[in-house]
Amino acid sequence: MPDEIELRLLIEAIYLRYSYDFRDYSKASLKRRVRQAQTQLDCPTISALQERILHEPQAFMKLLQYLTIPVSEMFRDPEYFLALREQVVPLLQTYPSLKIWVAGCSTGEEVYSLAILLHEEGLLERTMIYATDINPHSLEKAEQGIFALDNLRTYTQNYQLSGGKRAFSDYYSAAYDRVLFDKSLRANVTFADHSLATDSVFAETHLVSCRNVLIYFNRDLQDRALGLFHESLCHRGFLGLGSKESLDFSAYARQFEAVSRAERIFRKR
Amino acid sequence: MSSQRIDLRGLARVPLQALLIGASAGGVEALLSLLEDLPLDYRLPVVCLLHQPDRSDSLLADLLQRRLKLPAKEAEDKEYLSGGVVYVAPAGYHLSIETDRSFSLSREEPRHFSRPSIDILFESAADAYGEQLAAALLTGANEDGAAGLLAIKQAGGLTLVQDPADAQVPTMPNAALALLKPDFLLPINAMRLLLAELDTLPC
Repeated sequence: MPDEIELRLLIEAIYLRYSYDFRDYSKASLKRRVRQAQTQLDCPTISALQERILHEPQAFMKLLQYLTIPVSEMFRDPEYFLALREQVVPLLQTYPSLKIWVAGCSTGEEVYSLAILLHEEGLLERTMIYATDINPHSLEKAEQGIFALDNLRTYTQNYQLSGGKRAFSDYYSAAYDRVLFDKSLRANVTFADHSLATDSVFAETHLVSCRNVLIYFNRDLQDRALGLFHESLCHRGFLGLGSKESLDFSAYARQFEAVSRAERIFRKR
Repeated sequence: MSSQRIDLRGLARVPLQALLIGASAGGVEALLSLLEDLPLDYRLPVVCLLHQPDRSDSLLADLLQRRLKLPAKEAEDKEYLSGGVVYVAPAGYHLSIETDRSFSLSREEPRHFSRPSIDILFESAADAYGEQLAAALLTGANEDGAAGLLAIKQAGGLTLVQDPADAQVPTMPNAALALLKPDFLLPINAMRLLLAELDTLPC
């Protein structure tokens, strides 16, 4: 199929020109997103899109917004956060200081959710959170901590279901159609550009939360990412994945045990 | 139940490697009657996508597991498709099939207000299987699946649509018929006979 060839060439061109490595991403979803970008950037073919992004860095930045999927919500899958609160936090409380890695943090919703949870459990002040993503625009947004007011009802509901102990509105101030989250939540957060496809481990951590990121990778890249998490986690450290992600098909299946199989929380053996 | 056989003569084609079924409103009953008689040695993987509320745990796989002869399970990310297994798309994620014939999940925007979307499953499967694919679109209250079925037809796959007169909600089959002429337009009772024959289609 010519479009399969075009897609491969585009991905190769992106890697050679901009060092973003999508070569081991799952192709079906990647192809749909390239198609969307192709339409939006008014290119008749994927080849035309390739020519454009090779010569126009701004066009590539636009394409990148399609290739990474910035859909996230605060306290998404509240049961995950409830399980963290009930089953992981008691063990994290035994450490004098904590490091947590939110891998593929996108626009930061999960980072703020975790920070709120840690604050309520008395852990935030002694925790360093590394929030990493490959998309600089997403990281910028995450750092600002400004979210659309539209989604706040869902977020509030999620927060309550996740075992939240206060009024969700304690954590933000609303202005017009946006809300700004309390600066103190991100005082110990480092937002950084990091690729699970090309970069290596940068710190020893006690918890890695990487949710709905691995589904976009093929098996090889999933194994690479899980290898990084395994290397980064301290002895008996925790790993949280998305609600439909598992270790079952990975090379690391036996290196972790389930803390909560239903909520996809694992612990390094 | 009629004992008529569906006439497949004249439909010479390459052997099929997968069967997909998309449905929405009214789909559970239709799925059950389509699949309950498929025998344990059925050769094809069967992938079912039924629109469900975003956060419901999938009870459909459990229901099918109890009611069918074939084993049924939720499709998992990066799992390879196996013959004789009925897979159900999980709620809240799009389900695709990769060219290595494994599943992948994604959280892109809903299509036709649906995630999972039948269009997305069908279009990815058309790329993965080409003419080795059969897909059926059943009862439903929106237009998801029509474009996907067209993609399957254009890739040379076998297309089946439930007769709108037989569908609990005819919107989905009607949307498909507005886009393409399927290989078979059948009520559920006839379609179940056809599905039983699909894994033995002549070369």
